[in-house]
Amino acid sequence: MAITPAEPAIPGAFSGASLRPDFPVFDGPTRSGKRLVYLDAAASSPKPRSVIETMSDAYSHHYANVHRGIYELSEDATSRFEGARRKVARFIGARSEREIVFVRNATEAINLVAYSWGRANLKAGDRVVTTQLEHHANIVPWQQLTREVGATLEYVAISDDGRLELDDLRAKLRGGAKLLAVAGVSNALGTINPLAEIIRLGHEAGALVLVDAAQSAPHMPVDVVALDCDFLALSGHKMLGPSGIGALWGRRALLDAMPPFMTGGSMITRVTMDGAEWNEVPYKFEAGTPAIVEAIGLGAAIDYLGALGMDAVRAHERYLFAQAWAVLSDIPGVWLLGPADPDLHAGVISFVLDGIHPHDVATVFDSEGVAVRAGHHCAQPVMLRYDIPATTRASFYVYNDTDDVVALADAVRATQKLFG
Amino acid sequence: MDNLYRDFILEHYRNPHNKGFLDPHDLHFADSNPTCGDEMSMTLRLDPSTHAIEDVAFDGRGCAISQASASIMTDGLRGQTVEQVKAMNPKDLLDELGVPIGPARLKCALLAYKVLQGAVRGGEVAWPEEAEAVG
Repeated sequence: MAITPAEPAIPGAFSGASLRPDFPVFDGPTRSGKRLVYLDAAASSPKPRSVIETMSDAYSHHYANVHRGIYELSEDATSRFEGARRKVARFIGARSEREIVFVRNATEAINLVAYSWGRANLKAGDRVVTTQLEHHANIVPWQQLTREVGATLEYVAISDDGRLELDDLRAKLRGGAKLLAVAGVSNALGTINPLAEIIRLGHEAGALVLVDAAQSAPHMPVDVVALDCDFLALSGHKMLGPSGIGALWGRRALLDAMPPFMTGGSMITRVTMDGAEWNEVPYKFEAGTPAIVEAIGLGAAIDYLGALGMDAVRAHERYLFAQAWAVLSDIPGVWLLGPADPDLHAGVISFVLDGIHPHDVATVFDSEGVAVRAGHHCAQPVMLRYDIPATTRASFYVYNDTDDVVALADAVRATQKLFG
Repeated sequence: MDNLYRDFILEHYRNPHNKGFLDPHDLHFADSNPTCGDEMSMTLRLDPSTHAIEDVAFDGRGCAISQASASIMTDGLRGQTVEQVKAMNPKDLLDELGVPIGPARLKCALLAYKVLQGAVRGGEVAWPEEAEAVG
């Protein structure tokens, strides 16, 4: 397949290359003097100037501790911090911002559910179902929880082309389950899971459903009401926001009934020497001074994405995926993982080059200015499924464009030539 | 880059020396690189009287850097005593590789050293501090 760098993006969408000036990371050349081709959004995304400047402005002119100060600066900081919570709520279609708990990242969001909801509701003999497709963040907390309470943990199998086996999901849910924990998009393979159907099956089996949206929320519209899930976890740093901030969404009734995860300041209404009364949600889960400016930065990232439109973001990445899949498929010695159907595959391509270790691939790519991830992507059960130690992974975002697809294919050929 | 993948590194990667599994052996140890999941095992045969290394083999799959490093390191082991191996300096191995190894790849270059030390010390050893360099 021939690709011309000047080929226009899909109608109605935006040009990725035209967004690059918004991202300071693209200002200069790489160490090797090349244009930076950043294909590792799945690990963490670059930040637009608007996020960086909003945070700098917040620290410079609007900073004080939140929720406590009886003075203008604190009220200003509180209103910006709570405004960010409203933005997160709107971004994922939550009915109320009270259902948004600020956490460090999706990992902490999942741990919060495992420690708080899990230890209060799970008992010996209960079943938790997750999948072999998950990031370790959606596996290890459930391993720890089920071991601790004597519950069982089941993994839904994945097909040769990286899709969840829904028949296996039905089988694992047979006899009931307390919780089903599943990713919206696989970070290792890029598979888009059919969440609506999965959530329906989970509910039919009596399970609550937690969605790990770390890899989906940054790249496609997410609506918790339409999905009908029970918990949803996301990370700010993968969606143009700062590191150190993420969110847990939970149904209000569930959050209300859950005991606190961490305790201390802010999360109480009254403390005596005999005990304490818990604050209302979400503050019950936000002990201590939160990541104030990071939350405000996440709000700015959501504004940036909102201006593009999440439907357009998804369409843009679907277009780049389809181009990249086609051009890489044409190169001999390239094994592409995950579904070929662009409707089932996010802008994440995991691949293996015959006879060349993914770490060597990434090192050669680096010399070409192409930043990709090599490794198990914190999803070792996926690697186990395909009997490989690691893959190389290229992942797209809003600032990527056809020229990056060309650079990816060129880097593959250069690597093969060096090792050939 | 062309520096890192110099011809002799690629040559050792394509045709590694001392690759395999010695049976019987006196010492055996396997370890892995947590950053990539690569696993490597090493078997050694010792001279019964002098405890010098008679033969050595490594096995496992890994990147060009880890495989070439194991190939080059094992080439120099025959005739060395266990005590000499214990006293090996990981810097010497990095010097012997003779290519600039970035911080992200140091564990690749030193996996063979770590496996060897595990074998002669009878259990897993910590990564040498050279592998923890951050820049």
